[in-house]
Amino acid sequence: MSRTEDNPWLHRFAVLTALATLTLVGVGGLVTSHGAGMAVPDWPTTYGYNMFLFPISQWVGGILYEHTHRLTGAAVGLLTIVLTVWLWLKEPRAWLRWLGVAALLGVVLQGVLGGLRVVLLKNQLGILHAALAQLFLVLVCAIALFASRWWREPENMSFPAARSGGWRRLVLFTTLLIFGQLILGAAMRHQHAGLAIPDFPLAYGKLWPTTDAESLARYNQQRVEVNAANPITALQVVLQMSHRIAAALVLGAVALCAWRARSQPGSRNPLKKLAAVWLVLVLAQVVLGAVTIWSNKAADIATLHVVVGALSLVAGTMICLIAYQTPDRTCRSAGVPAAIRTLGKPAFTGAPSAIGNPG
Amino acid sequence: MKLKDMKMKLPAIATTVVFVGSLASAADITGTITLKGTPPPEKEITELKSDVNCGPLRTEVPKTRFYVAGPKGELADVFVSIKGLAGKSTGEQVPPAVIDQAGCEYLPYVQAIQTNQKLLVKNSDPVLHNVHPTPSAPGNKEENKAMMPKGPDIAFSFTKPENFLRFKCDVHPWMFAYVCVADHPYFSVSGKDGAYRIANVPPGKYTIEAVHRKAGAMSSEIEVKDENVKLDFNLEIK
Repeated sequence: MSRTEDNPWLHRFAVLTALATLTLVGVGGLVTSHGAGMAVPDWPTTYGYNMFLFPISQWVGGILYEHTHRLTGAAVGLLTIVLTVWLWLKEPRAWLRWLGVAALLGVVLQGVLGGLRVVLLKNQLGILHAALAQLFLVLVCAIALFASRWWREPENMSFPAARSGGWRRLVLFTTLLIFGQLILGAAMRHQHAGLAIPDFPLAYGKLWPTTDAESLARYNQQRVEVNAANPITALQVVLQMSHRIAAALVLGAVALCAWRARSQPGSRNPLKKLAAVWLVLVLAQVVLGAVTIWSNKAADIATLHVVVGALSLVAGTMICLIAYQTPDRTCRSAGVPAAIRTLGKPAFTGAPSAIGNPG
Repeated sequence: MKLKDMKMKLPAIATTVVFVGSLASAADITGTITLKGTPPPEKEITELKSDVNCGPLRTEVPKTRFYVAGPKGELADVFVSIKGLAGKSTGEQVPPAVIDQAGCEYLPYVQAIQTNQKLLVKNSDPVLHNVHPTPSAPGNKEENKAMMPKGPDIAFSFTKPENFLRFKCDVHPWMFAYVCVADHPYFSVSGKDGAYRIANVPPGKYTIEAVHRKAGAMSSEIEVKDENVKLDFNLEIK
């Protein structure tokens, strides 16, 4: 079977896999938002049943979210297997084929992590599971981008990217900052302590809340949560304050990226539009964060906050990938490694790249 | 009775005499717990009433049970015990305690058991639950077990003392209750009238601690002689 770079259906399938993964992230978010992570005590079975044969009549309460999450995870796993095999059979760029293998390993690891979190009763594995989910989503989106015709056609890149390495570095730093913020968010959510700080923009009526023993006792005395929530601790208060501060930093950094992208040359420069979309996403994320607090952590709002956070990370990563694909002469001056700057693309002059050859 | 038989039975007889003798001088510690201040209002558990399986089991919308306080501040669900006693558990000899899942709630909300005492969890509901104790004391094991509708009882026991060890159901996240585990038999949980009773306390000087999961804790020194002792506690909302 010959490999060819023109695989529109492969690209579309990769997009489908990415959308399914985003859905999975949302369903996973619902599990934690509803406190249902342990609603199914066993794995890989479901209350003793084969998970694909568990009666629908028993999909009740928290089981609905957790069991749906497992089934969606199985579907994403299946899609990833197909994507990996398809890439291996049809994709001429070896590095992209191996990215498919990495995606397969990632989804298997995710499944095992999720299962172990349940059977070993470890909250820490839940945080790892959440973090890896974001990375997996980014990977699948990147595969979809690399498999697109848009990525392969030199006329789509017939513009100089960032005039200076400074903008690219800012985008990369901001994307990493967003990932750190997502880890903070996961750590907060997996404390299973409800809202550690019930008001915004103040915190217990102050700019910085007190966390001495007497204050914590007062916070816990006054809090009435319908669902089982762990007591508020100083760590949880500090985590949430750190998350708020990081949110402000992220918003500022993304706004600066978008502002500086306005000066990018080229009417067809996608970076301007992508940076604007990125800013809209992060603005929406800040609003969702505030509404999460004002709504006493309503499950649907909190879950939407997770999903938009994931999209913010994806947007930043896509901007990084596009920004760092530059003509060799510009990249060399910016010190970008060869493996990143070529990425199987034709050279800026339109000549076929060495990596892009089938084989 | 032959002399040989009497010699064999002497240790048991002596133990019985000592035990009966100690009971004769043991006394009860009783009292009332009151709450000063206004607690935050309880919330209605609308999720329970709107649940397709749990809703039909209840005629009313239940409320949270964080502060079960009477009109004069009588506070229920306060764990009162002798502080500092260890290694006196008779948990393996006493009957099992029981916690039931009924109407998609745990009953009772707060109870107390001894270390190594069996705790039977029942499911009186025609609904599937999972039983998930989440201890924090090192040595007490976290578990998570499925419980089918009206299924057989599940037994738990805990080896370490712990205040307010939480049991929860992850299928129905509003379902949770607390079990206080003591390493001795001298404890009580106050009722809706705020009253508690620690029975058969041997003579001596003790520190009695009253702990409420939300309202906090208080301690008081007391001396038990050969008659019942009354000790009230007044917890306060900060």
